Amino acid sequence: MSSDTTPKPVTIATVWLDGCSGCHMSFLDMDERLIEIAPLIQIVHSPVVDTKQIPPGTDVGIIEGAISNEDDEAKAKKMRAACNFIVSLGDCAVTANVPSMRNVFDKQECFDRAYHENADLQPANPDVVVPPLLDKALAVHQVIDVDLYVPGCPPPADAIYYVLSELLAGRQPDPLQLTRFGK
Amino acid sequence: MARQKLPPTQTLTMKIDDVDVTAKPGQTIQDVARDHDIEIPGLCYIDGLTIWGACRLCLVEVEGMRKLLAACSTEVAEGMIVHTDTERLRRYRKMVIEMLFAERNHVCSVCVSNGHCDLQAMAVQLGVDHVHLPYMNPDVKVDSSHDRFRLDHNRCILCTRCVRVCGEIEGAATKGVGGRGINARIINDLNMPWGDSQTCTSCGKCVHICPTGALVEKGTAAAEMKKHRSFLPYLTVMRES
Repeated sequence: MSSDTTPKPVTIATVWLDGCSGCHMSFLDMDERLIEIAPLIQIVHSPVVDTKQIPPGTDVGIIEGAISNEDDEAKAKKMRAACNFIVSLGDCAVTANVPSMRNVFDKQECFDRAYHENADLQPANPDVVVPPLLDKALAVHQVIDVDLYVPGCPPPADAIYYVLSELLAGRQPDPLQLTRFGK
Repeated sequence: MARQKLPPTQTLTMKIDDVDVTAKPGQTIQDVARDHDIEIPGLCYIDGLTIWGACRLCLVEVEGMRKLLAACSTEVAEGMIVHTDTERLRRYRKMVIEMLFAERNHVCSVCVSNGHCDLQAMAVQLGVDHVHLPYMNPDVKVDSSHDRFRLDHNRCILCTRCVRVCGEIEGAATKGVGGRGINARIINDLNMPWGDSQTCTSCGKCVHICPTGALVEKGTAAAEMKKHRSFLPYLTVMRES
């Protein structure tokens, strides 16, 4: 096959916001199917590659994790601006999940518990280097428009493979066939 | 010879989802649908307990009626034409599930009932893959005062199955509903810790009839709380004996 007839790989960017990285692990759990998919896609931005920018015009943006601080919020907005199709991957992105368990408390109560009551040395709020915490942990679609929701904690590798295969084939997947909240 | 009068008809004829069906007077739309293997979703209805009509998942369209009717609590009538699965109903049912998820703190991944939960299953069945309403994140409590069981208001959908099975089958009437509207909560006796209840017989029917992780056995970790529902078909028998 000559190079001009080879289909252009679909560009994919992924980000890891307030989550445990389990969804990215589940992505890698596709195992040998990654080799099958590899020629068809190009990972242009991700915690597992070294590029710092999300190239404009990226085909698919996959977001893991809830939006809990200002950095998460900025990254989600950058993804929306750069990517044509946004996938909320996993329960933290879809429902805010475990990060949202602090939402019943006031932000200051959380700081008091974590950085004062439980601090043995130098109790102080984290106010340098780390990004400021938002009042509530939010699902991704509460901040930016999302095109596809893939719940699960984490979504099984089979569900991620199915979603990517369907998207590569130009079809709209129905992830609830293979995953659900809490799966 | 004079013709004898026929006895008055005991059978009604009606249509559910374009299928001609027969019904007996006094049956509900839900009863008739089940007799004819037509599934209407629901979370609060349990055969053998009084009808509550709380979850609104069984809403159906009846031709000639402008408002939607709950199939579990609407009696059939001659010539009724019912639709159980229209675009409008699917939209409303999804909204009901989303409101249930938004109203309390349902964190499925860490819930003891993960994978054995009627609310989760209903979300999949009705195609709810996210909740577009803002989460309310209410500060609700967990009552662990009972020796064997736990009441976690974070997971409660106020279907009142527990209230009804406790009062109508066990006859203890420990469980009730306190508060109004968004502040309604399942309570024990006169809103006291479950462990202090003088009426609770610790039979566990409330735990196993509960559709979610709101009423569970203690000592269960995430996804370990499998409810035992084998007694459910006997509720009517238990009630009559």
